[in-house]
Amino acid sequence: MGNTSSMLTQYDIEEVQEHCSHTFSQQEIVSLYQRFCQLDRNGGGFISAEEFLSVPEFAVNPLSQRLLRMIDGLNFKEFVAFLSAFSPRATLQQKIEFIFKVYDSDGNGKVTFNDLLDVLHDLTGQFISEQQRKQVLIHVLEEAGYTKDSSLVLSDFVKILGNSGLKMEVEVPVD
Amino acid sequence: MSNPGKLITSSSELDLDRPNIEDYLPSGSSIQEPHGKLRLRDLLDISPTLTEAAGAIVDDSFTRCFKSNPPEPWNWNIYLFPLWCCGVLFRYGILFPSRVLVLTIGWIIFLSSYIPVHFLLKGHDKLRKKLERSLVELICSFFVASWTGVVKYHGPRPSMRPKQVFVANHTSMIDFIILEQMTAFSVIMQKHPGWVGLLQSTILESLGCIWFNRSESKDREIVAKKLREHVQGADNNPLLIFPEGTCVNNHYTVMFKKGAFELGCTVCPIAIKYNKIFVDAFWNSRKQSFTMHLLQLMTSWAVVCDVWVRDIISVRAGLKKVPWDGYLKYSRPSPKHRERK
Repeated sequence: MGNTSSMLTQYDIEEVQEHCSHTFSQQEIVSLYQRFCQLDRNGGGFISAEEFLSVPEFAVNPLSQRLLRMIDGLNFKEFVAFLSAFSPRATLQQKIEFIFKVYDSDGNGKVTFNDLLDVLHDLTGQFISEQQRKQVLIHVLEEAGYTKDSSLVLSDFVKILGNSGLKMEVEVPVD
Repeated sequence: MSNPGKLITSSSELDLDRPNIEDYLPSGSSIQEPHGKLRLRDLLDISPTLTEAAGAIVDDSFTRCFKSNPPEPWNWNIYLFPLWCCGVLFRYGILFPSRVLVLTIGWIIFLSSYIPVHFLLKGHDKLRKKLERSLVELICSFFVASWTGVVKYHGPRPSMRPKQVFVANHTSMIDFIILEQMTAFSVIMQKHPGWVGLLQSTILESLGCIWFNRSESKDREIVAKKLREHVQGADNNPLLIFPEGTCVNNHYTVMFKKGAFELGCTVCPIAIKYNKIFVDAFWNSRKQSFTMHLLQLMTSWAVVCDVWVRDIISVRAGLKKVPWDGYLKYSRPSPKHRERK
């Protein structure tokens, strides 16, 4: 799918569908492809960080810098795979895995206290002092039976978020 | 638990800080609202923010403002297709040449009277201004005629009074021509390259129009000063400002720049809405040159639009409001904006 032909063949669609484990319907993939081409302003077949930031609603998102590390230079297949966690058809496990990946910035499969603190920093900005953030974090960690030094793995995330009624769905506009 | 209380204060501070954007964004707050007790799961659950981000990637209201919505294809029908072909032949074969002719005649008349007026009446400033005004109105009428422009005006005609500015929404450069045809306005405009720029610096100069160049930062103050002087003068042409600062696609109005409202003058809004039956009048200056845009208009059946004077712009013309600054079309939000979020 490296080429930038303006049309998707049936074969392409099925291949992409396969790649995102059928979390999107064929129509949705066609819509996503139109959006992809729209975002890919220079037509390079991938979307650069710069191009993602040209969407102001995305650029003002507190987690945009963190997400950009995951999505800089995505081609269409990867773009769909990235968004598949937000499909209503994605399982809870997939969604939690996605959240875990956002936290786990170095990708070593462990989320440390500092990782948590970084995300919290992104979310709260300068409105809360570093000191306060640390206090809150230590407090809630201890309450949940962890300590400052424990690092969380994916199964911890599943345990913590598994029954919290996670709502993480984005509707793909299909015309 | 001492901190949730602090969390509340800071989140309400945050709201005070950016009240209008908040209304439009999905309500998924980035700061956990402590319902009773803050638990680890609430802290870890960043899904609302992520959903917002992914939602923006999939679809956002800002990009939609500047997308020229492609017309619905209606002619792929065995009965309509031959008719459409005749239409194309007629539009390009007959309408277009005759419009070019009209426009050329217009230009000849305009130039042949403008140049003498401009150079011979150097001494009589008042008379010269008056004549030039009516000549510009004339050439603009020729322009409108060259697209068979059907313009319906609602509301009173703008009058010349000191301390008043007109603000209008902006779909294309032809907004300017349509309004100019009604009364000679002084406009504040981006300096354009090419033949449009040439017109700006020669002819429109005489109307007291003010030019600026976005890329030059010093320009700002000079323009602001000129503006202030202009509105104070009693016999200057009425001032027209497009506070969106850029062309928007006829379906939305983006956030207005505040400059127009800081001059301490009466603000009279003008709303322009094009009828899309015949042609899409949105000029996407990044994709199309103005010449191409004019050609597109001249080969269409007609340009139909409504102009309302003195009424609440968006409500009147049925445009949707979005909170984005139109200037973001050219640049992206600075990290400062993100921090504040």
